[in-house]
Amino acid sequence: MAILVIAEHSNSALGAATLNTVSAAKAIGDDIHILVAGENCAAAGEAAAKVEGVTKVLVADNAAYAHQLPENVALLVAEQAKAYSHVLTPATTTGKNLLPRVAALLDTDQISEIISVESPDTFKRPIYAGNAIATVQSSADIKVITVRGTGFDAAAAEGGSAAIENIAAGVDAGISTFVGEEIAKSDRPDLTAARVVISGGRGMQSGENFDMLYALADKLGGAVGASRAAVDAGFVPNDLQVGQTGKIVAPDLYIAVGVSGAIQHLAGMKDSKVIVAINKDADAPIFQVADYGLVADLFDVIPELDAAL
Amino acid sequence: MKVLVAVKRVVDHNVKVRVKADNTGVELANVKMSMNPFCEIGVEEAIRLKEKGIATEVVAVCVGPTAAQEQLRTALALGADRAILVETDAELGSLAVAKILKAVADQEQPQLILLGKQAIDSDNNQTGQMLGALTGFAQGTFASKVEVDGDTVSVTREIDGGFQTVALKLPAIVTTDLRLNEPRYAKLPDIMKAKRKPLETQTPDALGVSVGSTLKTLKVEAPAQRSAGIKVKDVAELVDKLKNEAKVI
Repeated sequence: MAILVIAEHSNSALGAATLNTVSAAKAIGDDIHILVAGENCAAAGEAAAKVEGVTKVLVADNAAYAHQLPENVALLVAEQAKAYSHVLTPATTTGKNLLPRVAALLDTDQISEIISVESPDTFKRPIYAGNAIATVQSSADIKVITVRGTGFDAAAAEGGSAAIENIAAGVDAGISTFVGEEIAKSDRPDLTAARVVISGGRGMQSGENFDMLYALADKLGGAVGASRAAVDAGFVPNDLQVGQTGKIVAPDLYIAVGVSGAIQHLAGMKDSKVIVAINKDADAPIFQVADYGLVADLFDVIPELDAAL
Repeated sequence: MKVLVAVKRVVDHNVKVRVKADNTGVELANVKMSMNPFCEIGVEEAIRLKEKGIATEVVAVCVGPTAAQEQLRTALALGADRAILVETDAELGSLAVAKILKAVADQEQPQLILLGKQAIDSDNNQTGQMLGALTGFAQGTFASKVEVDGDTVSVTREIDGGFQTVALKLPAIVTTDLRLNEPRYAKLPDIMKAKRKPLETQTPDALGVSVGSTLKTLKVEAPAQRSAGIKVKDVAELVDKLKNEAKVI
């Protein structure tokens, strides 16, 4: 049976995390379908059809799906899922909000945030904030899974030519309405997809001082993140938070500036390829995971680094 | 209105967990157990709703072993009016827990059900959403703000790009995120008083819920350890290493 990937998208474009999820699906089987549920989402559907390895795209275009309200979308996905062996979606806030509701409608257990596929019924996933890795086997008829993007490379966004099928759908459960959203606008790469991430911690002392990190990030073509301490102190908004309860990132280069390295922060970045820590406290736990550590005052180092690049 | 708040007994968040030598799980013997931090936020929110005169009764519910009475007593000390322990020694999956909570909700008929967005042991982030499907209630997950207004609740949710606000028809389910509130500490007189508050015990069987799972944990391993690298002496050496050794800039 085929595998269904529920797309993360903005109606006009496919979300990057969808590509990692397609890679996870490829590790399970060959026949991969993508479901794009949204409003005026034809463009996202066309983008999905171009993803390499995808055999079919289902587009459900209806006002009820405009803002991915799970009360509405879960009904659609649960109905479609019955024809599949696996249902996968990225473990983003949208996917995490939706998929357990689908699983319960199907009366099946869900496997959250897999980081590898061992076989079509066996997966690895982190537990205890990544301090242990569980290997889990499922005997469910339909395996319902969220996929942690950092565990899988992105599938090629071009090269496929899947057929697009519009499916009749659109039940508004009538119990929830979208009121509004505040999405941070940025020209920088998305935190979870950036090749370079520079994160600031409590040591940054203020929100204004993050400007130094933005300048550095722009030079390196990277994104700026933050520790929970920096977010809680009000230096930066919550969508910058890297950690167990924030974003999970795995860039080529992660630079932690004035970050002490609490367990919950490490859980969000320790899979980065190269980690640099800059902190004036030589005993900060961040140095235990850093490839390159520099014990120095960040207010001296960052301008120097900026000048050197 | 009545508020039902679910709490889970988990390994205390300050404990550094160790994987058992036989790879069957993590070491839980003689380890400090506490209320899941996200559930504490749920209890706090329920109590604040009561203090504002919106909630009339706060009922705490826990699915777990006999010892989980401790966490329910904590919820009672913080201000919950009564507690229900659905007692089981089995390690239940999220779906089984959601089915049990559905059965309790059928008995209690709450207008609002608060849960933590995830437990810090299994990290599943499933139970609230599953309970939404089973009850047919709307869900406001990862909440950073909750406002009840008549027969709706407005929930501001933490999403990847920022915040989203949804309006949900009551009864509804809300799962808590970190920034919803800062939980209070229980005061000693309240801890004493909590011992006399009602705590009822039920079982999954009596609620008519079968707790089987299609998931089996084959093994639990420690993650690949990242070893500490080297200390560089200055920015020049750092830039040199990043350019020539790591080749990432």
